[in-house]
This record gives sequence, structure tokens and C-alpha cells, in this order.
Amino acid sequence: MGFVLFWREWTHAFLYMSPFVFSAIGIALSVGVSVLGAAWGIYITGSTLIGAAIRAPRITSKNLISVIFCEAVAIYGVIVAIILQTKLENTTQPFHPESMRAGYSLFSSGIIVGFANLVCGLCVGIIGSSCALSDAQNSTLFVKILVIEIFGSALGLFGVIVGIIMSSQATWPSSPI
Amino acid sequence: MYGFEALNFNVDGGYLEAIVRGYKAGLLTTADYNNLCQCEHLDDIKMHLGASDYAPYLANEPSPLHTSAIVEKCTQKLVDDYNHMLSQATEPLSTFLEYITYGHMIDNVVLIVTGSLHERDVHELLEKCHPLGMFDSIATLAVAQNMRELYRLVLVDTPLAPYFSECITSEDLDEMNIEVMRNTLYKAYLEDFYRFCKKLGGATSTIMCDLLAFEADRRAINITINSIGTELTRDDRKKLYSNFGILYPYGHDELSVCEDFDQVRGAMEKYPAYQGIFAKLSFGESQMLDKAFYEEEVKRLTLTFEQQFHYAVFFAYMRLGEQEVRNLMWISECVAQQQKSRIHDGVVMIF
Repeated sequence: MGFVLFWREWTHAFLYMSPFVFSAIGIALSVGVSVLGAAWGIYITGSTLIGAAIRAPRITSKNLISVIFCEAVAIYGVIVAIILQTKLENTTQPFHPESMRAGYSLFSSGIIVGFANLVCGLCVGIIGSSCALSDAQNSTLFVKILVIEIFGSALGLFGVIVGIIMSSQATWPSSPI
Repeated sequence: MYGFEALNFNVDGGYLEAIVRGYKAGLLTTADYNNLCQCEHLDDIKMHLGASDYAPYLANEPSPLHTSAIVEKCTQKLVDDYNHMLSQATEPLSTFLEYITYGHMIDNVVLIVTGSLHERDVHELLEKCHPLGMFDSIATLAVAQNMRELYRLVLVDTPLAPYFSECITSEDLDEMNIEVMRNTLYKAYLEDFYRFCKKLGGATSTIMCDLLAFEADRRAINITINSIGTELTRDDRKKLYSNFGILYPYGHDELSVCEDFDQVRGAMEKYPAYQGIFAKLSFGESQMLDKAFYEEEVKRLTLTFEQQFHYAVFFAYMRLGEQEVRNLMWISECVAQQQKSRIHDGVVMIF
């Protein structure tokens, strides 16, 4: 029980973790969780689309747009991961405050992009599933539901924008001469 | 949790849900029924149905057509749809689909037992059984003399075995006991189905429990009306009511003491849904009650399709398919007997 009170030691735990750990986890989250969201959305749409297309084969080509919107979410994650990894520079002062800040900003950027894309992929996937079913019954509904999907896919873009802004301030200290 | 089934329903059930919604799109609409009601002969009916999903089933039927042939082929289409879905379903959807057929199994069992009581030929009875409720040892039912034998010889291997605990007696089978047996089995089946749906949770349990509650209440009202004037005592009548539904428990108390139709109507005044049904009938009339209940049931079943990611659409499709076969049977009979004026008395429009 006593060790909980030594809060200085606990903050030291974070201070002694290298910023490279946080940056690497951020980059991993950015692509890993985005791809999770995209895959989740694609299977939700795809299983419904296949079943509905048996009866109404005309819906297949148009409803692939839903799958493409989900896929775009994974591409956002990959792009941001590539941008983040170019910001990761080697430095001789890993525990300088500026490099700690760089590590945290890459970490937060990864979390932002990853989780925004996760929910965006889910959203587009569920709407795509309902879109396939509605289109099979009444083809005038497709374009209207597509508008809802476009708004849904904007959520992923918000995440990418904020993530890139966060990571742009990741500067590492130059080596002392 | 209700609301999050969208996240993982499609893993196992997404494909089949889309398939069943495709089947539902093939159900006949009001415009189709209006066309069918204008037909003069059964061959016209066959021609109109040739544009619907029944086309491959009726195409090879030779003229002259009988109403029984139309009904048999249309039921066959429903059975084929069901088997297609059951063969591709995983747990728990496969158990859910099997539960839907147990009601037909109970009806088949009672049909064969009643028929053999009246010394009918077993093969004739087997042809009249509903195909969804067939099981392997069904023909041996004709041999049983009392309920204990019925259970021991045949039913212990079927899915109906757990429903028998309440009605095994050593009495011989006669008309009254068979009806009581049917209703006791059906009560146990509905309660079992209700518990199963509750266990599934989510949107399935909410919607299915509503539908099953309506079914239980409808059966309670029908049991009451059918047992007015018979030897069934009040306590026996009360034992046949299911222990869930809007009418449980106070409505059941009131129903069990009703002695005529208007008392039943009075007992139902407190329940807005059922009061609405009885309000459609004028005083003293009980023939249209069945149709009023069917209309209410169809209305509730079509509402299940408004929501996605649950199993109640499968149940609703099977029930709506049966209603459609009933409609086609009524229309064919009216056309065959040239009684077109009564044709709209028995048709319940679905869409």
C-alpha cells in the first residue's frame, strides 16, 4: 500500500520511457487500428451485399462504392503512418524535453488517426449494409443513402487532419556540437 | 446489448438476413391479390402466379388444376426456402430456425393421433401433415394407445420430448384429452421459445418476445372462446394459458371465468391492443375474430423488417409465407366454387 504514495517514482516511470517507444506505438496504432476499422466495415457490408445480390444482381456494381469508402479508411491510416515514420529521427538526447514532446505528439497522432478511422470504418460499413438491402428493394434509395455514407467517411478525414497537425510539431533536438 | 448487434451480427447472420429479405420481396402484394381475385378459373390463377416466385413450382402442374395442388406447391416453396436457410445457418440461428417448426410438429402429432383414433389410414394422414413438421418416426404414432406409450415409443427422440413432462397421464386418448394435450404441448413450446429468445438478448429478444407474447395472448383468447360450453373446467382452462404475455396474470384470471363471447370482449377492454381487435367486430359476432387476429399478426410481422441485425425477420418470413398460402387457398377455393363475393372475407393483405 505504501508504494502508491510515492508518486514521484510513478512520474519517473514515464520520464524514463524513451520517446521512441511512444512514437513506435503511435505509428503501429495508426495503421493497425485503421485497418481493423476498414476490415470490420468491409465484412459488415460485404456479407449483406452478397446475400442481397442473389435476388437483385443489379445492385452489385453500385454498392461496391460502400466497400471503397471503407477501404479508403485503411489508406488514410497507411498514409499517416508513412508521414509519422518520416518524422521519426534519431537523436543523441532522447530524454531532452523537446524529444519527449516529439515522442508524445507522434503517439497522440497515431491514436487519433487509428481510432477515428476505426469508428469511421464501422459507420460506413453498417450504413453500406443497410444501403445494399434498401437498394435491392427500391433502387431510388441508393443515392440518398450514399449521401449519409459520404458524411460518415468525412469522420476519418477529420482524424487524419488532426493527426497530421499534431505530428507536424514533432521536432527532435539537434546534436550538441 | 441492444443497439450494438450491428457490430458482429453480420459475421454469422449477415448473408442469411439478406437472403430472407430477398424472399420477403417476393411475397405477393395487394395489387397481386387484386389481380388474383379477378380470376375466373384456377388456370388464370396459375397464370398470374407464373409471374411471381411460385412460377417454377406451378409451371409443370397439368390442367385441370386442383386447389390442393396449388396449396401443396406453394407450401413446398416455403419449405424449400426454409431448408435453404437452415442448411447454411450456424448456431444460434440454426436452433432458432428449428424452433419455428416445432409448432408444426405438434400439429402433425395431434393430426395423426386424432386420425388413428378415427381409424383412418396412416398414409392418408401422413400426406395431410405439414412438411415443415415432419420427423423420422412420425408414422409410428398411429400405434400408440395412450399418452405414456406415445411418449415412450416415439416422442422421446424428438425435440418435443421436454414438452411432455406436464401431460403424461395413463389415460386413454380421446377427443378432449387430445385437444388438452395439443394446448399443453403448445404452451410448453411457447414458453421454451420465449426463454430461448430471452437468452439470445439484444434486438432479437425484444422483438421476438413481443411477437411470442401476442401469440400466447391470442391462443389464450382462442382457448377461452373454444372452451365455452364444453366440459373443460375453469382450472383446467387456466392451466392451458402460457405464463407470459400482456394478459399474464390478471387477464388470465378474468378469462378463465368467462362464459360467453361478450364476457370475453368485456375482459379485453383493459388491453388497448386487443380491445382494438374486438372493436372491429359487432356485438355477438365471433366468426370474424380469426381474420381480425390474422390482420393484427401480419401488421406486427411486417414491422419486424423495419430493423436490421436480428433474427425475428426469419420468424416473420415463415409466418407471412404461411399467411400467403392461406390466402391463396382461400382465393382458389372461392374461384373453384364460384363464390367470388366472399373472396375478400378471407384474404389478409400483407403489403
